[in-house]
Amino acid sequence: MANITWKMEDGSEISADVKDGLNLMEAATANNVPHIEGECGGCLSCATCHVFVAPEWLAKTGEVDDIEDTMLEMTDVEREDNSRLSCQIIASAELDGLVLQVPEPE
Amino acid sequence: MAAPIVIIGAGQAAASFISRHVALGNEQPLLLVGEESHPPYQRPPLSKKYLLGELERERLFIRPLQWYADQAVELRFDTRIDRIDRARKQIVSSGGETIAYDKLLLCTGSSARALPAEIGGSLDGVFTLRSIVDIDRMAPEFQAGRKLLIVGGGYIGLEAAAVGRQLGLEVTLLEMADRILQRVAAAATSDYFRNLHCAHGVSLHESARLARLLSDGRKVRGAELESGEIIDADLVLVGIGSVPNIELAQAAGLDCDNGISVSETCQTSDTHIYAAGDCSNFVRNGQHIRLESVQNAADQGDLIARVLAGEKVTYTALPWFWSDQYDCKLQIVGLNHGYNQTVLRPGTNPSSQSVWYYRDQQLLAIDAMNEPKSYAFGRKIIEAGKHPTAEQVADPATDLKALAMG
Repeated sequence: MANITWKMEDGSEISADVKDGLNLMEAATANNVPHIEGECGGCLSCATCHVFVAPEWLAKTGEVDDIEDTMLEMTDVEREDNSRLSCQIIASAELDGLVLQVPEPE
Repeated sequence: MAAPIVIIGAGQAAASFISRHVALGNEQPLLLVGEESHPPYQRPPLSKKYLLGELERERLFIRPLQWYADQAVELRFDTRIDRIDRARKQIVSSGGETIAYDKLLLCTGSSARALPAEIGGSLDGVFTLRSIVDIDRMAPEFQAGRKLLIVGGGYIGLEAAAVGRQLGLEVTLLEMADRILQRVAAAATSDYFRNLHCAHGVSLHESARLARLLSDGRKVRGAELESGEIIDADLVLVGIGSVPNIELAQAAGLDCDNGISVSETCQTSDTHIYAAGDCSNFVRNGQHIRLESVQNAADQGDLIARVLAGEKVTYTALPWFWSDQYDCKLQIVGLNHGYNQTVLRPGTNPSSQSVWYYRDQQLLAIDAMNEPKSYAFGRKIIEAGKHPTAEQVADPATDLKALAMG
């Protein structure tokens, strides 16, 4: 179990306890986090679950593989060094307290 | 109280419509009516991870059941709608219940085409693949050592063949055209997937016309081809395409032509009724088309929510698709309809390549096999209306990112 917080640009936040093994795109859509769509269901084809990871958490969320790295080129809001596709971050106790910033397309 | 917006069909288009409706803060009440017993779920994993047994059912759901309650969306599952009474703006369920609507969305999807019963289509052990129930019925039959016969070499058949091999079944696949994927892809893509499946031990027969399925009483035991060849089988999966579910719309007198005809705002010939997803037929670049894809269903559902909220938007989304077979990720962007030339771009390793479709000098679409760069940057290139030359694309040294951004 991990408590995850999604922060919006307007300063509002959504927090939820996420079961181990779920990915954070699923967790976001289940908890009605805006702007996280996950159209492809997490198979790295749509880039609609883009998040910014608070820098102190980057190492714990794991490596970005080549496919994710390429798909991050397709995000609506341009990628930054701390960009991830949240379908590739898997919940575990390690991530308890993780904070994600949700980019908002124009 | 004002009548709700009623959505018939609990699939991807419905989920996407509801999500956008809620996100836009539109307070008009929603009622979702579905024939199945589940909230809207993802269908693509059915022929992949769900059939493999790697994904639990609840994880197929696009939103958990509780989410709909939280958004005050009324749900009616296991409910078949028999009739639309357009004059009274109401629908009638098979149980005789009458439900009034303010606006009506038809998200009725498509159904797997079955083999005719005369040639064995209704024998025990013969399956089609479309719903959770279909998979729950066939999955127990997917046991190592059994003989699986797949009729049809489209994406569903190929994905199921991959699962069958991964689970240790003997797999034979029949395609009546002269190559698999003939209807949807160029020869280079067919060649790639033929090689992939043959390398994984699938016995793949092209230009193979099924005469009939053979049985022991009620149970299928094989197939006879028109050539007279007999193929043994313990189970048969029929993947020969699908047909749009338009009976309701047709009976209500809505314009239909290979799907429910809709405008660029997904409106049917009745201004109170919209249609989205596999069942809709729309105009793209002057051509009437119907797409069976998550992207199309999701984007059309999303669009209708925006239209009903008063936004001036029209449907112009660039289509994209995907398929997973063994360790190959296929990603497709664009529509190749009307192509007259293809260009093969070698990949960064032997199992990766992309096929670029052109009509004359105009780039239409890309099939990218284990080649996400071609997909991602190709999508940007198409969206930007750029048309790189065949020579540029065929040269592996060409930097696609630079082409996309330049």
